[in-house]
Amino acid sequence: MAATTHDNAHGHGHDDHDHKPSFVMRWLCSTNHKDIGTLYLIFAVIGGTVGGILSEIMRAQLNFPGNHIVTSGQEWNTIITSHGLLMIFFSVMPALIGGFGNWFIPLMIGAPDMAFPRLNNISFWLLPPAFVLICIGLFMGESGSGWTLYPPLSNATYEPGMGMDCTLFALHLAGASSLLGAMNFITTIFNMRAPGMTLHKMPLFVWSELITAWLLVLAVPVLAGAITMLICDRNFGTAFFDPAGGGDPVLFQHLFWFFGHPEVYIMILPGFGIISHVISTFSKKPIFGYLGMVYAMVAIGVVGFVVWAHHMYLSGIDIDTRAYFMAATLVIAVPTGVKIFSWIATMWGGSIEFKTPMLWAIGFLFVFTLGGVTGVVCANAGIDEVIHNTYYVVAHFHYVLSLGAVFSIFCGFYYWIGKMSGRQYPEFWGRVHFWLTFIGVNLVFFPQHFLGLSGMPRRYPDYPAAFAGWNYVSSIGAYISGIAYLVFLYVCYKTFTSKVTVADNYWGEGATTLEWTQTSPPAFHTYAELPRIR
Amino acid sequence: MQALRRLFAVLMMGTPVLALGSGQAVAQGVVAAPKPWEIGMQAAYSPMKQEIIDLHNLVLVIITLVTVFVGVLLLWVMYRYNATRNPVPSRISHHTGLEIAWTVIPVLILVIIAIPSFRLIYYLDRTPDPDMTIKVTGHQWYWEYSYPDQGNVDIESRYIHDEDLKPGQLRLLDVDNQLVIPAGKKIRILANSGDVIHSFFVPSLGVQRYAIPGRTIEMWMMADVPGVYYGECNQICGQDHSRMPISVRAVSEADFKAWIEQAQKSAAAGRPQGNGARLMAAADAASLAGDQHGVQR
Repeated sequence: MAATTHDNAHGHGHDDHDHKPSFVMRWLCSTNHKDIGTLYLIFAVIGGTVGGILSEIMRAQLNFPGNHIVTSGQEWNTIITSHGLLMIFFSVMPALIGGFGNWFIPLMIGAPDMAFPRLNNISFWLLPPAFVLICIGLFMGESGSGWTLYPPLSNATYEPGMGMDCTLFALHLAGASSLLGAMNFITTIFNMRAPGMTLHKMPLFVWSELITAWLLVLAVPVLAGAITMLICDRNFGTAFFDPAGGGDPVLFQHLFWFFGHPEVYIMILPGFGIISHVISTFSKKPIFGYLGMVYAMVAIGVVGFVVWAHHMYLSGIDIDTRAYFMAATLVIAVPTGVKIFSWIATMWGGSIEFKTPMLWAIGFLFVFTLGGVTGVVCANAGIDEVIHNTYYVVAHFHYVLSLGAVFSIFCGFYYWIGKMSGRQYPEFWGRVHFWLTFIGVNLVFFPQHFLGLSGMPRRYPDYPAAFAGWNYVSSIGAYISGIAYLVFLYVCYKTFTSKVTVADNYWGEGATTLEWTQTSPPAFHTYAELPRIR
Repeated sequence: MQALRRLFAVLMMGTPVLALGSGQAVAQGVVAAPKPWEIGMQAAYSPMKQEIIDLHNLVLVIITLVTVFVGVLLLWVMYRYNATRNPVPSRISHHTGLEIAWTVIPVLILVIIAIPSFRLIYYLDRTPDPDMTIKVTGHQWYWEYSYPDQGNVDIESRYIHDEDLKPGQLRLLDVDNQLVIPAGKKIRILANSGDVIHSFFVPSLGVQRYAIPGRTIEMWMMADVPGVYYGECNQICGQDHSRMPISVRAVSEADFKAWIEQAQKSAAAGRPQGNGARLMAAADAASLAGDQHGVQR
């Protein structure tokens, strides 16, 4: 890495002696996209840490049959619920959308800031109270419905405590936060691109965030409607989902998954964007098939809205409906395949350097392919009869999310931390972090395919003795992954205490997007003069 | 190391249990339960599960080939195009033929998967000519099995507490009162729930549907041979979600008749319905006497 001083830091012909506001004004009333991005990233680390501690508790409980680390089934159910919600709404989404999105959308499109800076601030500050509400649900042990919140288990009869209401309100706040953020992103991307940057010249990361924002705008209100009805069922005597009052529990499933399926693409699409840049940078080649990549993401976004009932094959929906949803779901494999092959084609003929971000990107390609192909198995309504709700499904969605999306987050972290902080991460510890994580998470989740095929249901705090072997292996993997996470925290510590500063474009010729024309870290206010794109 | 020893102890404990299970199998047919270190699906004891396994085997081969193909490509580009071996990168970023190929070929592969998949789901959906109907009702946290066309016999099936487990019984799989069905007959199952959503799941018979309150969901199952087929509740249903296993006992038609008459009599006598131990003792005796199938494993 080319470490230099800041000699060239002021070469942009504008005033870099920014007036940074006081601490309170800067961090609590922030309107700066970079500061808000930083807040999101810190928040994601906190959310991920709490969610990760819950994972370790879960794997410790499942280490042996008959364990009593978690003392009751209700406590267990609350832990799995909180783990799911924390990881989705308070770790992956804040990191990929709020964090990297806020930081790099304006930098990549040459905009001075987001379109609505104060809205940006609100959308972040809705999250901490939501996080507190989730934690109340967790510590009161009263939100044991699973993250899917299916009534009747989540209604007032079977989950009477206030903790469940807190969890539902937390989702309302987190949803409102995502919605405001998404509108801000869409407006920024449509209106504030630098002169000459047409949509078809826009970096893939920005494209991925644009599509993600559209998915959020279209999907989150449906979730909001569903949980509003649920809150009314719980507290105000309505019966939207109560068959005794003419309601229908399956209606909730439709509404939930109409949101829930696009939600999984919301979590992975920004990752696609990051991976594209990293692979292109370290192969020193432009991305292969740019237009194909863009429209593959658009296709995934569109088709992602018409496949929701593949989560409901066993809910008694009509056979022809199942046949349709099966066909539609299989179709998603095509654009996903286009992306995987385009990434490999980008590497083909390149001059690849295996720096830490590239390791994460290649790791991503492997785990995402594995998670993708098991998706084809799960999509089969026939096979689903015996793997629905088993550990096979758990393995599948952790391969694409817990490994896929999280690998892309770490990939983005190592790729951009020098740009964001002005200091470089320690290469050796970055590699240690990658290899420990890669081994650990595969050890956690690969055996879970076996458990699922063998018929182990998910959300079980205890299981028959026959499942003990692979559960043991899986738990060992979880402990290794936990150690890897500690290595990550050490990497953060080493980075922020490092004295080594980095140049504007420390990755060299392969890094071609606009953020590399800025200093590292970028000035408090960037692009006082708009760049022109040829 | 303590942990490893403990694992070993657990596995060793599992082995005699299974051995005993197989011992029973000699007398009463097969025992279909998950096995330690199993890496595939539980063996098929119904035509439906056989079809599912066949399709899964096809899909598994395809996805393994795809994963290996992608993995080999990755390894190859990492080897051939690393910076030391290939210092000057090419600038190629388009190849229309290639892009068409990697769109069309996956479509063809998906068509290959889709055709048997559609056949399978229509086959699994429901049976036009069931031999009998059983109503399955999920409760927090037990299963209720009713035989509406057999004199409304009604059975409640609960898990066995750890301290009551008898030697040979499988923890969290065995129940006090099994769901008894005649082997080789098409059974229509109507699933329902008395409270929250449960899922009736018997892996070795290839059958699963949710039990949802306010809605009756139809499925069908059939056990090829007499035996015991274990399953579990498979939709989160509250604190004892992991403690409502399913145990299906398939017996010969004669045994089933004997059993159902016994059950009807105890129902008429006003005894608590599903007086399991005694009913099952009768069925076991009949099964010992009349079972022609023997071990089918």
